[in-house]
Amino acid sequence: MRLYAAVAVSGFRRHATYRVATAAGVFTNTVFGFILAYTFIALWDERPHLGGYDQGQALTFVWVGQALLAAVSLMGGGFEQELQERIRNGDIAVDLYRPADLQLWWLSADLGRAGFQLLGRGVVPLAAGALCFELTLPTAPLRWLLFLCAVTLAVVVGFALRYLMALGAFWLLDNAGVLMVGQLLSLFFSGMLLPLTVFPGTFGDVAQALPWAAVFQVPVDVLLGRYAGTGLAGALGFQAGWAALLLALGRLTQARATRKAVVQGG
Amino acid sequence: MGKEPATDDKAFIELDGLEKVFQVRRRAGLLRRERREVRAVDGISFRVPRGEIVGYIGPNGAGKSTTIKMLTGILMPSGGRLRVAGIDPTRDRTRLARRIGVVFGQRTTLWWDLPLRDSYGLVRRMYRIPDARYRANMERCVDLLDLGDLLDVPVRQLSLGQRMRGDIAAALLHDPDVLYLDEPTIGLDVVSKAKVRGFLRDLNAERGTTVLLTTHDLTDIEQLCGRVMVIDHGRLVYDGALDGLHKVGESERMLVVDLERELPPIDDVPGTRVDRVEGPRQWLAFPAARSAAPIVAAVAERYPLVDLSVREPDIEQVIARLYADRPGL
Repeated sequence: MRLYAAVAVSGFRRHATYRVATAAGVFTNTVFGFILAYTFIALWDERPHLGGYDQGQALTFVWVGQALLAAVSLMGGGFEQELQERIRNGDIAVDLYRPADLQLWWLSADLGRAGFQLLGRGVVPLAAGALCFELTLPTAPLRWLLFLCAVTLAVVVGFALRYLMALGAFWLLDNAGVLMVGQLLSLFFSGMLLPLTVFPGTFGDVAQALPWAAVFQVPVDVLLGRYAGTGLAGALGFQAGWAALLLALGRLTQARATRKAVVQGG
Repeated sequence: MGKEPATDDKAFIELDGLEKVFQVRRRAGLLRRERREVRAVDGISFRVPRGEIVGYIGPNGAGKSTTIKMLTGILMPSGGRLRVAGIDPTRDRTRLARRIGVVFGQRTTLWWDLPLRDSYGLVRRMYRIPDARYRANMERCVDLLDLGDLLDVPVRQLSLGQRMRGDIAAALLHDPDVLYLDEPTIGLDVVSKAKVRGFLRDLNAERGTTVLLTTHDLTDIEQLCGRVMVIDHGRLVYDGALDGLHKVGESERMLVVDLERELPPIDDVPGTRVDRVEGPRQWLAFPAARSAAPIVAAVAERYPLVDLSVREPDIEQVIARLYADRPGL
């Protein structure tokens, strides 16, 4: 286990070296936050309590969203490009020669990356949002702790989804399209563009049951205090369930891939 | 960890009729796909005793890398039997991984964005190397491979030669019993090549590490390997000492003589053939297996000799001839 802790630390440090990229990311997240915030204000002025949120909660949704965007890798920027490229050019062979588990290795590295991006790209945009708008952030430390648990599970679910898609490169020589579709799906079905609770009927129900909901909608709702008691346990269980299922699916695919597919290049 | 399996030191690496068949699909019309079998490795058998350095050579696409991938367990054989250090690679890949080291000339095992030192830190955790051993091995590698000034440099900033030395160290920190080297000197300058070869020779002498070396650089083979295996079209076409390759390839040595003045070609020394004449200098070819002494004596007796030298045959030509002799295989 110490190996994977070391891998996570190296993932953190790797991303910490790119300071300019981090600053640019913080700037983008903040600007985006403002644009989305004013859009949401216009929406909620027209339709108060849309999706069951008041305006303060809706704005919190926006800014927490910008703070989490990089950490849960909703718009890419995680490990998946690198993994896919390593499969494509055959460097994956190097990873397979190691006495380490491929999936655990990349998961640890991605958790390290997420840890850095939660701090490096999360704190400033959220602070900017809290200064300029009236957000309904909780004061109870326990709520923040639960939020952190939910975010960790969200990172794992996000990882498991992208891991599966990146493994597609074992079968498709050009896997870029798969990742692109994955990104679009995650951006919408995570609730990043609009809270999933806004959508009515069956579509809304289905959207809230998909794994992408576990990546973003659920942790924000945990922070907003929309779950209590067994509901809270259910929400975290929903995330954990998807995480377990997708990780298992990833392992299965990985086993098939390494057994059947040709490792590219000589 | 369980106890190590019983190993036979005389057959530390053991292949028995090893095969790998790939199914290749090819477009043969608008919708039709043709399936074709490619026998990348077609029944190879050999044994490598513990502590030997073996050259594994062959033209591009001969099946060298495919063999190595099976030996490390990342590719499953289609047939045959395979053991490395008593372990079945495909069934026990992770356990085997702790006992082998792999170096690719064209790929790196190091982490691009991290300083060399951090990469080694990860390797240490990965192989669970005890502190004392890690320190000793690090010291040794840093010393012999000249890594002292490079430890704090991110890998992406290293030159090819520096990165290669860094990679070799990374493969050896856990004291592997077997080392696979795939083109370890590719793209290196003469000085770096010599450094790498010297290090490998010492490693083998001191630790008894078994080395399987794949290369296109025949100087690597000449300087490191007592035994060569030549593979072509997935089959072993030669397995034996380097000298024997000359006999099989009917190679010739060359006696270069400098005479006092320009003379007609020397055609009266039995067992030789004049290869070239350039002014007073003549090149006499003779079978590599024959002794040069009687030929030198005969030439000296009949001609006004100023200077002479004997050139060893070019292995590259020998191997090229070996490949050319086996059409349709």
